[in-house]
Amino acid sequence: MIHVDNIHKSFDGTHILKGVETQFEKGKTNLIIGQSGSGKTVFLKCLLGLFMPEEGTISYDGKIYRDLTLEEKRNLRQEMGMVFQGSALFDSMTVSGNVMFPLEMFTKQAKSEMQDRVDTVLKRVNLVDAHHKYPSEISGGMQKRVAIARAIVMNPKYLFCDEPNSGLDPRTSIIIDNLIKEITEEFNITTVINTHDMNSVMEIGEKIVFLKNGHKEWEGTKHEIFKTDNKAVTDFVYSSDLFKKVRQMYIEERN
Amino acid sequence: MNYLASIGSYAIMIKEVFKKPTKWSIMKSLILKEIDELIYGSLGILIFISFFIGGVVAIQTALNITSELIPKNLVGFATRQSIILEFAPTFCSIIMAGKVGSYITSSIGTMRVTEQIDALEVMGVNALNYLVFPKIVALMLYPFIIAIAMYVGIFGGWFAGVFGGFSTSADFIEGIQLDFIPFHITYSFIKTMVFAFVLATIPSYHGFYMKGGALEVGKASTTSFVWTSVVIIIINYILTQLLLG
Repeated sequence: MIHVDNIHKSFDGTHILKGVETQFEKGKTNLIIGQSGSGKTVFLKCLLGLFMPEEGTISYDGKIYRDLTLEEKRNLRQEMGMVFQGSALFDSMTVSGNVMFPLEMFTKQAKSEMQDRVDTVLKRVNLVDAHHKYPSEISGGMQKRVAIARAIVMNPKYLFCDEPNSGLDPRTSIIIDNLIKEITEEFNITTVINTHDMNSVMEIGEKIVFLKNGHKEWEGTKHEIFKTDNKAVTDFVYSSDLFKKVRQMYIEERN
Repeated sequence: MNYLASIGSYAIMIKEVFKKPTKWSIMKSLILKEIDELIYGSLGILIFISFFIGGVVAIQTALNITSELIPKNLVGFATRQSIILEFAPTFCSIIMAGKVGSYITSSIGTMRVTEQIDALEVMGVNALNYLVFPKIVALMLYPFIIAIAMYVGIFGGWFAGVFGGFSTSADFIEGIQLDFIPFHITYSFIKTMVFAFVLATIPSYHGFYMKGGALEVGKASTTSFVWTSVVIIIINYILTQLLLG
């Protein structure tokens, strides 16, 4: 579980995060949504430890990040997996090399053991024939799967995804969403996804945190988002006619 | 003030490069890869340029000897001095700032733009050590290619002098051996080692801390070339004053 307590973050005098408070539960897909410029990416980078909040604390299963020693912070980082918006695969390495990288860096396993683990996770993300290909030789959807495989290869406790559907077609987006949800449940990890894809919200949003102008405007489940009267949330989520109709149908069905 | 801030963050970067080393088994392969890319990959262009610059120095010197009182061995002597003291260590380093420097900036800058550096940091890898340290180690072999550049440059001078009819082989070789001061070689290699460090770190700094997209990668490469050249020229002056002055 990740517990976020009243965090503030500024850049060059601009207050980006203004006292965000929430918690992300284990074994659930937690979503951060909000308009561009709402502070989602800064919030995610704070959760990853890439940015240090000026005020407030973030704790990971009771361990407060700010109070950890440098060594403990590094160890904690090794318990985190991250799927970047653009996948961030290493261009100079093959698919297999990319997934094996964290194992080579942080374990003392034999090459054969590492290869077995790589084969297992690549199979888990349904990529079996791409071991020797380079990132430039595979599609965007496959790159995302490799990024997920790399993120889970070390058996992380926490998985972070920054807009995992960006640049993907709707069908591939759904496959990636479901894959992340399945992995979250299967490995019982705390997953936090930064997204503004409403399909993801409807499909996998077990907990949704809505950020507006750097503060938490609303939080709830995907079922609660249909019922909320919060204007900022409804303006954002139901900005398209399609989702307005989906909401209408949901409400009629419930009544 | 911006320059002072940049110098400060450059110094912090250097400190970080030597902290929390990457596993030796990985570092070893990174160093070998960088030696291949930065040293072996630069050999051809430096040999090519050294040969022709050596030739031009010999021809220019010969054409400017108008007085009968000046000994003919001056062509070899001037070629040797020019090549050893300035051309090989300094001029080659400026060329390397363009070739190797822009490669370093653009490759690290592209990694920054595509979040590959963030990926390293999230994993708990010291990205500066992983990316910059192998380049510094690889460029410590830079004096070897400068030694080759010295040899080829003087050979180019001999070739142009003798086959161009500007000097005899005997005069040229006598000039090469005339008043030879071994410390000039030491001075040259000291400069080369310092330039090697500059060539590895300044372009890395510009790549690592760049912000923006593809256009900014190009701009960072240009800025990196300018600053690497400026620093090399200033250090060249300071070291010459300190070591020979």
